[in-house]
Amino acid sequence: MKFLRMRPGYGEQLIAEGDVEVADDQERLVEEFRRQLDQGMWAAVPVISESGRREAEMVRAFEDIPRMTDRVIFFPRAAGGAR
Amino acid sequence: MTVALCATAIVVLALLWEVSLPWLDRKLEIRRANRARRADGVGVPGYDPGRERRAEQRARELLKSCVNEEEWAMYRDLGFIRVWGGESDGTGEDVVARDLRGVPYAYLVYPHRPIVAYLPQTGRLLNEYCVEFPDESRPYGSARLPDSDDVLAKWMALKGDERRLITEANMHLPGRQIDPKMLQRDIWRLGRWERERLERERRPPAQTPGAAGPADPTA
Repeated sequence: MKFLRMRPGYGEQLIAEGDVEVADDQERLVEEFRRQLDQGMWAAVPVISESGRREAEMVRAFEDIPRMTDRVIFFPRAAGGAR
Repeated sequence: MTVALCATAIVVLALLWEVSLPWLDRKLEIRRANRARRADGVGVPGYDPGRERRAEQRARELLKSCVNEEEWAMYRDLGFIRVWGGESDGTGEDVVARDLRGVPYAYLVYPHRPIVAYLPQTGRLLNEYCVEFPDESRPYGSARLPDSDDVLAKWMALKGDERRLITEANMHLPGRQIDPKMLQRDIWRLGRWERERLERERRPPAQTPGAAGPADPTA
């Protein structure tokens, strides 16, 4: 599983990678996931629906990430724009 | 008289010099500090168009890998993506307005511009939702994501949790930031684009000379 983060001037950045079946890797991923959320990021997982359409799921906890997913994308949380 | 005027002018100049000396000192200090920072390679780097282009290229690849094929083609050809509303919420309630009573609505998603809700059947514009995804870590001095990352962030947030995104956004009537005429034109362009795409898909593939028979697997 790869953790990607959108960043200004970079496009996406690989911030963590590991196998969720391996305990050490999972621990590292959980830690990184929490760190990103603490930094105010939102996390989304690209998924494919039963009808074959590409969709996205927002995840708020590591346990919510579908086991089969290969990437989680972090992006800055939304803020109201120009008033 | 002339002597008096000259004396006054000298006094004024002397006073101005006294007043402006600290200001000049400050300016020189800032200039010296900036020059030293540049020499050390420290501080916020300036705008680099090459870096921004590379970032946008990576963002486009990521967007392409996440959205549906027709959505990618829409963005590539028209510069925006239409996302249908009311898909992520299991309650069955319309997120943008309660009085829609199940009428399908959609959003036009532009890079770094408000999300616009509208009724595809009539083309009626509903609301503008001003929303940003500022990255306050500002790795290169700017909090702004590349264009395609901004579109992907909106797409994922609308698909994954439409209500949350719309709640975070500042809602305005149409026309606040985006010209309604431009929006109507984009809705018309989208309709034409979809018709042409449908026609292309219905049309049988053109036969090219030498391509009529099955491909030779040994070739």
